Amino acid sequence: MVADFSFGALVIAFLIAVYGIVAAIYGARNGKTEWVESARLAMLLTFPLITISALGLMFLLVTGRYEVEYVAQVTSNSMPYYLRVTALWGGQSGSLLFWAWLMSAFASAVTLRKWDRDREFLPWVIAVSLFTLAFFLFLIVIFENPFSRIWRMPGGEFQVTMFQPAGAVLASMRDGQGLNPLLRHPGMIIHPPMLYLGFVAFVVPYAFAIAALITGRTDDRWIRITRRWTLVAWLFLSLGLLLGGRWAYDVLGWGGYWGWDPVEISAFMPWLTGTAFLHSVMIQEKRGLFKHWNMALIILTYALVIFGTFLTRSGVLSSVHAFAQSAIGPLFFGFIGLTFSISMYLLLRRWDSLKSEGQMTSVLSREALFLLNNLLFMGILIVCFWGVIFPLVSELVSGQKVTVGPPFYERATAPLFAGLLFLMGIAPLSAWRLSTARTLGRLMWKPFIFSLIVGLGLPLLMGIRNWAALIGFFLIAFVSSVTLYEFWRGILARHRSQGENYFIALRNMTERNRRRYGGYIIHLGVVLMAIGIIGIELFQKETQATIPQGGTVTMSGYTLTYQSLAIFDTTDGRNVARAVLSVEKDGKKIGELYPRRDFFLESQQPMTIPGVRSTWEDDLYVILVDWLPVSSQGASFKVYLNPLVNWLWLGGLVFILGTLIAAWPDKDPEYEQARLRRRVYQADLKRRNAEA
Amino acid sequence: MMKKTWLSILYSLLLTLLWSGSVLAQDAAPTPGPITDDQVNAIAKNMYCPVCENTPLDVCPTQACAEWRELIRDKLAEGWNEKQIRAFFVERFGDRVLATPPARGLNWLVYVIPPIAFLAGLYLLYKAFQSMRVSAGVPPVQADRSSASSEDPYLDRLEEELRKM
Repeated sequence: MVADFSFGALVIAFLIAVYGIVAAIYGARNGKTEWVESARLAMLLTFPLITISALGLMFLLVTGRYEVEYVAQVTSNSMPYYLRVTALWGGQSGSLLFWAWLMSAFASAVTLRKWDRDREFLPWVIAVSLFTLAFFLFLIVIFENPFSRIWRMPGGEFQVTMFQPAGAVLASMRDGQGLNPLLRHPGMIIHPPMLYLGFVAFVVPYAFAIAALITGRTDDRWIRITRRWTLVAWLFLSLGLLLGGRWAYDVLGWGGYWGWDPVEISAFMPWLTGTAFLHSVMIQEKRGLFKHWNMALIILTYALVIFGTFLTRSGVLSSVHAFAQSAIGPLFFGFIGLTFSISMYLLLRRWDSLKSEGQMTSVLSREALFLLNNLLFMGILIVCFWGVIFPLVSELVSGQKVTVGPPFYERATAPLFAGLLFLMGIAPLSAWRLSTARTLGRLMWKPFIFSLIVGLGLPLLMGIRNWAALIGFFLIAFVSSVTLYEFWRGILARHRSQGENYFIALRNMTERNRRRYGGYIIHLGVVLMAIGIIGIELFQKETQATIPQGGTVTMSGYTLTYQSLAIFDTTDGRNVARAVLSVEKDGKKIGELYPRRDFFLESQQPMTIPGVRSTWEDDLYVILVDWLPVSSQGASFKVYLNPLVNWLWLGGLVFILGTLIAAWPDKDPEYEQARLRRRVYQADLKRRNAEA
Repeated sequence: MMKKTWLSILYSLLLTLLWSGSVLAQDAAPTPGPITDDQVNAIAKNMYCPVCENTPLDVCPTQACAEWRELIRDKLAEGWNEKQIRAFFVERFGDRVLATPPARGLNWLVYVIPPIAFLAGLYLLYKAFQSMRVSAGVPPVQADRSSASSEDPYLDRLEEELRKM
C-alpha cells in the first residue's frame, strides 16, 4: 500500500515535470505568462510529491518491509533506526530518489525568489531544472524503482516487479541483507547528502547560464544572481569531500584520507571546475572579460556533476562490460552527451554577444593570474579525468585492464597544486587591470623574505632535506604571510581612519567585503590543510610486525606493547577482535590503543577500525592486521606515524568557516529600505499621538 | 623558433615522465635473512589484486590479499627481487596488478595526454593574451614599458589606492 502510493507520487511527479518543461518553453516562446506561471507551479509541485515518495521509502525502511527489494538489500533487523533512515541513500535506486528529492527542493527554492527584474530567465531556469529532474525521475520510475517488490510465483520461484503478477503472492521475508558495513559510520551518514547537495546545487547556476544563453541576456546578471548558489553548492561539495576523507581515515584502515579512488575523483572533478568558476566569474564581474570561458566552465561543471553521479551509479567503473549490462549506464551517457551538445550549441550561437568588454593589459594583473589559476585547475582536472577514463579506454581498445593508481595522480598533480599555492600568494597582492613586476615586488618582498626565513630556513635548520617538503613549507609560509598581511593592512587602515579597535575593525572589514575576506580565510584553510598533506604524504612512516603477547613494536620514539586480545560477538551481528596496546613515548606511558577488526556475519565482510592517538604533532595509527585465533598469543599490527595530519582537519574547518562567511546572505537592500520606511512611519505616528 | 621551444619543453616533459616511470620499476636488492612484513609491504604497496579494486595490496584486509602477500614473502625468501616478483604477478594476472600502467603500447597515452593537454592550454592562454594586446592596439613591448614606468599617473593612483586599502 505504502509502496504503491509512494510509487504513484513519483510517477505523477515525473508527468508533472514533463508538463512543466513543455509549459515553460511554450510560455516563453509565445510570451504567455500564464503558461510560465503554470510551469512554475508544476516545479513547486514536484517537491511535495517527491517528498511523499521519499518519506514513503523511509517508512518502508524503518518498519522493515523486506518484501520491498530495496529494503531487503540495504536494511536488516539488527540495524538501529537511524541507520535504516540513512539507508535511503545506501543503495543505487534509493540514492537516485534522494538525488531527485534534493534537486526538486533546490529548484523549488529558486523559483520562490523574487523574479521582478529577471522574469525572462524564469521559464528557462524552470525548463532546465525540470529537464534534469525529469531525467532522474524517468530513471527511477522505469529502471531503478526502489519500490519494486519480491513476489512468490505460483511455481514457487521469486520475481521482482512493482505490480503483482497473476497468481503471485508477496514474499514474506523475515530479514534483509543489511547496509554495507563500511557505510555504517557517522561520517557516511552525512557525507553522501553533502555531496549530493553540492551536486544538485550546481544545477542552479547552470540553469541560469543556459537561460542567459537562450534569452540573449548575456551580461553578468546571471552570475550575480547565482553567486550565492554557486558558493552554497561549493560549500556542500567541499564539506562532502572533507567528510569523505575523514571517513576513509577513520574506517577504511589504510592510514590515509584520500586514495585517488575513481569514486572520490568523480566527486572531486566538479569541485575543481566549480573552484575555477568561482575565481573566473570575478574577472567577468570586475572587468567584463572571459564570458565565453565562464559559460564553458559552468557547462562543464554541470556535465561533471551528472558524470559523477553516473560514475558512481552505473557500474561503469568496475568494467566496461558492467556498463554495457547496466540499463542506466547508456542512458546517463546519452543524457550527458545531449545536454552537453545543446549547451555548447547555445554557447556557440551567442558567441559574438559574449565578447569581452575590455582587454587584458598586464601579464601580472589579477585577471591574468586568475586565468593562470584556471589553467592549473583544468590541468588537475585533465589528469583526474584521464586517469579515471583510461582503464576503460584500455579495456575497450586492447581488452587489457590496467590500474591507474595513486602514484600517477600524485606525481602528475603535485606540481600543479604547488603552482596553485604560489598563485594564492601572489594574486591577492596584484591589482585588477594593471600590475607590474615593480608594484608586485614592492608588496611581495617582505612576505617573501619572511617565508624564506620561516618556511625554508627553519625546516632546513630542523634537518629537513626533502626538497618537495621544503618547497611546500616555503609556499605555505608565503601564502599565509601574504594573507595575514592583507588582513593586517585592512585592520590598520580602519583603525587609523575610523578609530575602531582592532577586533571591531576586523569584524567590520570582513562584513563589508565578505567575499574577499571569506576567500582569504578559505586560503588560510587551504594552507593549514597543505601542512597536514605534506606531513602525511612526505613524512609518513609505517612498520608492520607480528608480536607475541607482551611483545613490543617501536617507531620514532613510540613503544607499543601488545597487552591482550579479545574476540567476541555483538548483538548487531558482528564478530569483533579487539586488541589492547599500551603506548609509551620516550619511556613514559601515555595511554592505550584499541585497534579492532569487525567481521560482519551477514555480509561476510571485514572492517578495520584503527586505534588512533591524535596530537597536533602526529597521529599514531595502529591497525590490527592478523592474529592467531586459538591461542590469541600472537598478533600482527601495522603501525603508521602520520605527522601533522590533524592540521588537515583543522584546515578543513577553517576552509568551511571561510566559505560560510563568503556565502552568508547579505541584507536584502529592498527589505532594508522597507524596514526603514516602516520605522520612520511608526516614529512619526508615535510623535503625532504624543502631540495629540 | 617558437615551435622549437615548445617542442623542447614537450620533449623534456616526456623525458621526466619516462624517468619517473622507470624509478618505480627499479630493482630491489635481494635481502638475506627472514623476510619482514615491511619488506613484503614495500612491494605490496604498489600492487592491486583484481578483486579488491582500488585497495592497495599492503592494506587490503581480505583473505585473498593476505595470501598474495604470503606469496610475495615466499618469493622474497626464495631470493627473488621486486622486479621479478612484479613480473610474476603481471604474467599471471595482467598489467592491472600494478599501481600504474607500464609505459608501453597504448599505455603511453596515460602519461602523454595530460602534459600535452596542459601545454595546449598554456599555448591557448598565451595566444589569447597576445591577441588581446594586439587588438588593443598597443605593441606588447611598449605596453610593458609604459606599465613599468613609475611616472605613469594611473599607476601612482593605483598604488595609492592599494596603500589606502
